[in-house]
Amino acid sequence: MGEWWTTVPIGTSMGNYEASRISHATMSPSRQNNYVSMYSLPLSKSSYSVISAFCTEDNISPCISYINQELDSLGLSSICIEASSPGGAGLSAVPALNAMYELLQIHRRNMCTLEELEKEQLKKTSSLEHMQMNNSRLKDQLELSIREKSGLHETERQLQLKIKTLQSCLKTEKDEVQKLQNIIASRASQYSHDAKRKEREASKLKERLSQLLVDRKDKKLAIDVLNCLGRSDGRRSHWKTAKATASHEGEMYKSLLSDYEASQRSLMLENAELKKVLQQMKKEMIHILSPRQSSSRRATADDTQEQVDSDGEEKAGDSSRETLDQSCEHAREQLTNSIRQQWRKLRNHMEKLDSQASQVQNQLESNKEVIPRETHDEEMERMRHEVQQCKEFIHTQQQLLQQQLNTSFDDETAALLNDCYTLEEKERLKEEWRLFEEQKRNFERERKNFTEAAIRLGREKKAFQEDRATWLKNQFLNMTPFTDRRRCSSSDGHSALSIRSEPEMRISSTNTQPAKSSTYATFSTPKPTQSATVPSTTELYRTLRLIPDSRSPRQRQTFNSFACRTPCRTLCSLVCPPAPTPSGHRKSAPSCETTVFIGLHFDATGKS
Amino acid sequence: MNFSEVFKQSNQLCKVSPDGKYLATCVQYRLVVRDMSTLQILQLYTCLDQISHMDWSSDSLFILCAMYKRGLVQVWSLEQPDWHCKIDEGSIGLLSSRWSPDGRHILNTTEFHLRITVWSLCTKAVSYIKYPKACQKGIDFSRDGCYMALAERRDCKDYVSVFVCDDWHLLRHFETETQDLGGLEWSPNGCVLAVWDSCLEYKVLLYSLDGRLLSTYSAYEWSLGVKTVTWSPSSQFLAIGSYDEKVRVLNHITWKKITQFEHPATINNTKAVVYKEVERRPAVGADDLSLHNITIGTTLFNTQSKYEICPPPVQIPVVKPDPDRANPKIGVSTLAFSSDSRYLATKNDNMASVVWVWDMQNMSLEAVLEQCSAVRCFQWDPRRPRLALCTGNSKLYLWSPAGCVSVEVPTEGGFQVQSLNWHCSGDSLILLVSKYHLLGTKCVQKHYFKTL
Repeated sequence: MGEWWTTVPIGTSMGNYEASRISHATMSPSRQNNYVSMYSLPLSKSSYSVISAFCTEDNISPCISYINQELDSLGLSSICIEASSPGGAGLSAVPALNAMYELLQIHRRNMCTLEELEKEQLKKTSSLEHMQMNNSRLKDQLELSIREKSGLHETERQLQLKIKTLQSCLKTEKDEVQKLQNIIASRASQYSHDAKRKEREASKLKERLSQLLVDRKDKKLAIDVLNCLGRSDGRRSHWKTAKATASHEGEMYKSLLSDYEASQRSLMLENAELKKVLQQMKKEMIHILSPRQSSSRRATADDTQEQVDSDGEEKAGDSSRETLDQSCEHAREQLTNSIRQQWRKLRNHMEKLDSQASQVQNQLESNKEVIPRETHDEEMERMRHEVQQCKEFIHTQQQLLQQQLNTSFDDETAALLNDCYTLEEKERLKEEWRLFEEQKRNFERERKNFTEAAIRLGREKKAFQEDRATWLKNQFLNMTPFTDRRRCSSSDGHSALSIRSEPEMRISSTNTQPAKSSTYATFSTPKPTQSATVPSTTELYRTLRLIPDSRSPRQRQTFNSFACRTPCRTLCSLVCPPAPTPSGHRKSAPSCETTVFIGLHFDATGKS
Repeated sequence: MNFSEVFKQSNQLCKVSPDGKYLATCVQYRLVVRDMSTLQILQLYTCLDQISHMDWSSDSLFILCAMYKRGLVQVWSLEQPDWHCKIDEGSIGLLSSRWSPDGRHILNTTEFHLRITVWSLCTKAVSYIKYPKACQKGIDFSRDGCYMALAERRDCKDYVSVFVCDDWHLLRHFETETQDLGGLEWSPNGCVLAVWDSCLEYKVLLYSLDGRLLSTYSAYEWSLGVKTVTWSPSSQFLAIGSYDEKVRVLNHITWKKITQFEHPATINNTKAVVYKEVERRPAVGADDLSLHNITIGTTLFNTQSKYEICPPPVQIPVVKPDPDRANPKIGVSTLAFSSDSRYLATKNDNMASVVWVWDMQNMSLEAVLEQCSAVRCFQWDPRRPRLALCTGNSKLYLWSPAGCVSVEVPTEGGFQVQSLNWHCSGDSLILLVSKYHLLGTKCVQKHYFKTL
């Protein structure tokens, strides 16, 4: 039982739900009914016990059936409220509750929709209000514009009226002007007519007057001259003849002609001046135009036509220059034409330049931000780089300088440098050593020569002394009987002396050797032991012909030659003044003086 | 600057002989001739009546004295004081009298311009020229004295007759295209005759000596036209002053306008120098030494006015003319070229106190002289570019390209310089001054002679 209740109602409730929805969606016409019924239900509930209650004890079943019916109509056909007991007053609770639940659901839904609808309604009303306001505003505007329009219409009408009146005015004025002009014209004509008439009258009167004067034979009209004067030019007056008339004419034409000639001359002068100016201008123009032409020839192809023109025209210009002096019509035309053309070209050129200049300016103005910036940046970058390089270079240079100045820097480079220096030093020393060696060898050779020479000398001396000894011995022997003993003792002494001299020589040579090494140039001669046997170095040198024998004679000879040459030079300089050099007389004067001085000086020496 | 003593004269009749040796002045009915260097009286002639016109003959030998009221002309000889000549025009009356260029004929215009009588002093012959036109300048002799142009009016048409002065032979006679001929003038070289219409129409006609019309110039129509016409001494320019306050300069080749000089009320031209005369009341007892912008021996005189240079723009006083009156005081009425044709001085009538000097080389305004009072007269030095002017007060003003100076004329009792005349050498200047007596309307006029 229970399962049936549970299973079926669910299925039914599902279907019921859908059905209710459908009914809610589709059964709009019956909605009102529903509402009524729904509203009527609680109402009836509230007034349940009081007035005409829906359900009473008596009518339960009809009520149930009615409710079922109603539920059916609401689409809740599956739910069927049944009496718990047929004919009993109780209700089976489950279907009734289901039905109630459904109804409550429906009610809630309806309330929701109602709320929404109310909201919508509110919105609608507000929008409506807005619309109404808008409408009224627009209506006002319309009103206003209509009023305005009418006003404008009015003014237009008035203006038109004015125009009309003005036009009429203008017309009348024009008429007036016409009239006045007519009047003026008529007056003018009348005036001129009158004037003419008056003038005629006056002339007539004048005629009359003159006639009268002639007729009256005015006695007073007279000239009273003491004696007649001669003409100012001294000539006598002529009779009026045809010849005189002709001569007058001739004179007149002569003066006219001379005037014209004068004016023509002045014009010719002016013309010549102008021609000169023109020619110069033309020349300058050609000069100015020609380089441009060549450049433009290279530059643009569209100028070729112009080029041809200009070439032809240049020729024309040349020819016109030739014919400039012949002031014939043709030449003039040519000249003016060529000038005109060149002028045009110059103008074009100027315009082009102008446009170029303006373009350049524009470009500068427009591209100041774009193109030059790139190049500028590039350039800047390049320059920066360069500056950097330079800085580095300077830095390294500074470093090197520092290193050179300060020896107290890092050991490696110092060692290296020291090595370098020592190496160099070594090289130099080696070189010096080699030289020294050579010198030493030379000295050795010389020493050898010396010693040999000394030995030779010693031997000679010895031989000489031996000779002398022998001679003395012989003498002594000749005088004394002990000749043999005497010879023996003298030879001993001599030998001892010679033995002693040997080591001394050696010592001196060793002493001189370091001195020689210290200075290469000085020939410090070994100090000779002041012995009678060893000769002096100068003697030695002389004997070896190492020192030139006599210096002073040669010197004197040069002096003499100079002295004998200078006097004649001074003589020359004294006789004739020194030829002015291109540098100027002033500069030569001191030199002359000096020569004189030297000359005199040497003259004196020469004399002495 | 030295001033001579004051000599009496009347009717502003005071003229230097063409050769510059003598000075003739008229005092009432007497003619006084003085030596120019010593100012001693050489001759004294007595005429029959008060002299109204006096003129030297071209050879400086004869002096003509006309007495228009009596219709008489008396001629005096300088060489022969006893010689006399009297011409009586009779009852017709005399309007003007003048010498012919040869100095042997006298041309008398009779009243009403009825005729011109030509009297010969050589033969006593008389000849008449009829129908001379009464106009501004109806008769002109060419500079060389060969020809005379005469404006005539016959049958309401204008004619020009060209006479040979030698024997008064009529050389040419032609009709001019003018409504009402206003004047004529020979060019200085004597080959072109400028003819202009009266002020009602702007028209200038240029005729050759043989009567051919060379050119016609008209600047505008429908308004008052030419006021004055002047040739430059070089015959190169023809300056036309007109009622529109402008001067138009024509050239002698095409006879077209080269330039026009306007006389604006405000000078903005920065190149022109504007000299403004400033009057100073002399302080009592103060030793007022002159303060001119150039000092040419002016320290001698106490001056009450000096020139100041005004920077542009300069406003010039303008008098608006009365449009209802005839010959309105407007437009350029006086033109004068300097002797070297370099400068042109002009005066505009509605700016009466201003003289304008124009440079004819640059065709531009050179200087403006703004005086305190209206300019009476100005004249160029015949030798140098130097302009002398007077304004009817006791001062003389001189302008030269170097500057401007005002000179007080040393007189007791303020004489007023009415007119001035340069001596032909340009060394001296004759000032015609007047002094009004307190009571009478009669004025005693004197002249100053002064050596610069």
